[in-house]
Amino acid sequence: MSNTTLISILIMSMLINNVVLSQFLGICPFLGVSKKVDTASGMGAAVIFVITLASIICGLIYHFILHPLGLDYLNTIVFILVIASLVQFVEMFLKKMMPSLYKALGVYLPLITTNCAVLGAVLLNVQNEYNVIQGIVNGIATSVGFAISIIILAGLREKMQYNRVPKAVQGFPFTMFTASLMAIAFCGFSGLK
Amino acid sequence: MNLAENTPLERLFNGIVKENPTLVIVLGMCPTLAVTTSAMNGIGMGLSTTVVLALANLFISLLRNVIPDDIRIPSFIVIIASFVTMVDMLMQAYTPDLYKSLGIYIPLIVVNCIIFGRAEAYAYKNKPLASFFDGIGMGLGFTLAITVMGFIRELIGSGAIFGNPIGSLPDYAPSIFVMAPGAFLVLAIMITIRAHIINTIEAKKGVRLPVTHTDEEGSECSSCAMRMSCAGKFQKVEAMMKADKEAKAAAAVKAAPAAKPAAAKPAAAKPAEMTVEEAVKEVKAAAKQAEAAASKTVEAAEPPKKAEDEAVKSEAPKEEAPKVEAPKVEAPKEEAPKEEAPKEEAPKVEAPKAEEVKAEAPEEPKAEEVKAEIPEAPKAEEAKAEIPEAPKADEAKDEADEAPAPMSALERLKAMKAADEAEKEANK
Repeated sequence: MSNTTLISILIMSMLINNVVLSQFLGICPFLGVSKKVDTASGMGAAVIFVITLASIICGLIYHFILHPLGLDYLNTIVFILVIASLVQFVEMFLKKMMPSLYKALGVYLPLITTNCAVLGAVLLNVQNEYNVIQGIVNGIATSVGFAISIIILAGLREKMQYNRVPKAVQGFPFTMFTASLMAIAFCGFSGLK
Repeated sequence: MNLAENTPLERLFNGIVKENPTLVIVLGMCPTLAVTTSAMNGIGMGLSTTVVLALANLFISLLRNVIPDDIRIPSFIVIIASFVTMVDMLMQAYTPDLYKSLGIYIPLIVVNCIIFGRAEAYAYKNKPLASFFDGIGMGLGFTLAITVMGFIRELIGSGAIFGNPIGSLPDYAPSIFVMAPGAFLVLAIMITIRAHIINTIEAKKGVRLPVTHTDEEGSECSSCAMRMSCAGKFQKVEAMMKADKEAKAAAAVKAAPAAKPAAAKPAAAKPAEMTVEEAVKEVKAAAKQAEAAASKTVEAAEPPKKAEDEAVKSEAPKEEAPKVEAPKVEAPKEEAPKEEAPKEEAPKVEAPKAEEVKAEAPEEPKAEEVKAEIPEAPKAEEAKAEIPEAPKADEAKDEADEAPAPMSALERLKAMKAADEAEKEANK
């Protein structure tokens, strides 16, 4: 495992295979919580926090418990339970120990439980046969990619809030068109491969 | 179609047409966008989701009296994840090609919002048979929608129907439609067309049809699929945070009177020499009464008017006109005897102004402005810091209006005299 592979994992997961715009994970918060830059960055920060923790813990569980015992088929169940309880635990821990951080992230934590980006990042770690360190780097890169794209979308939506839009396109389709243009822009990163 | 509630047929119709999860409720966007590169993928994904949905609904409904309310979400997760694992292994064994092309999205059925949504909204409250068919209906509705989308994307993007190329069409097909941007684009166009049809029908019939995605515009949860299971928790928490902020701001405003009498005392102390002490008491009393109004910038030029203004402010919210007039009449009377003639006139002139002010009630917008400003200030300390400044500004105004105004006249006279004398001396 050399540094180049870690850096290439970072670039791959963050920009080229952007979790939202090319893998379509975490679409729900991407469309739902992207009206204002403030809330979007809060959501992005919370996702970075949770995915990083989840990829550490799930990586350890997979490499030291599930895989050695040949329990690979339990991956999905174990991971989703770990993520759900992790989110609950993080919420309680932050509430008690770091109230200021809890205030900044607290609103978004319950929403993350079924954010498919979290489970997706962890499952991709297993599928790509990353070791623990590579998995953590992949998790961080994935979540940073999510934060980047949701903040860009929120910025665009704030700018276009008062644009005159045909009635049928208003709301959801308009956001989808915006996301489509963003995805085209992110296609440009595939030249980095 | 008139069908009895919660019968199998009604559930199927409901899932496929009336509450189609993808097109009507806009749920489960991740697989919808991700796997619809071909119609075959759409069918595979849709059918595997249908199996999980139907079985999970059935079992959750059977266990609905056993599962405690507090831990129902983890219970749902375990039940759903078990079925997803089964489907995952079966597909790996019997349809390896499809399994490969769907990849990570098969295990991700676990977090498909449709399944959670139906478990929470329907299966947990209804009988097993109806829940089972609800799952099948919803699953088939989902399958139909993503198959159509996969068909469109495959036809335009790779010039094929169900994997069979049409003549030389693949050579000219814009491949962007099977890439990531095409997914967003096709779904956006599909929903736009649907919205346009509904808008046209609405315009023709003059009625509003239920459940269009644009209806829910404006709420943060509108396009989030989790809104069914989180039940607006996000909005609740956000509202709580907002209320918390407002409470803090209110506390800051309440703290302001404590600071204000202190600031008001020096302001009132100087005029006290000229005006009645009772007026000062009134000012204080009014300041205490008008806790909410206390943060307003008082533009009173003179203490009597200040007293009036605050009286107006304190009672304006109550909307009791006669009471407001009473103090106004008193205030000039009290001050009149001790004050000099020109100053007597001033309050009289201003009294009607105060009435006008009352009639127009510009204080309320001001209060709103102040209130609007305070929540924006993130720290209560800043709000506190801002409020004490207002009385200071009043002091300055008071001083500027009261003391310097007559002084300046005298000074001008003196300056004139001095200038005259200087001229005389110069002439001499």
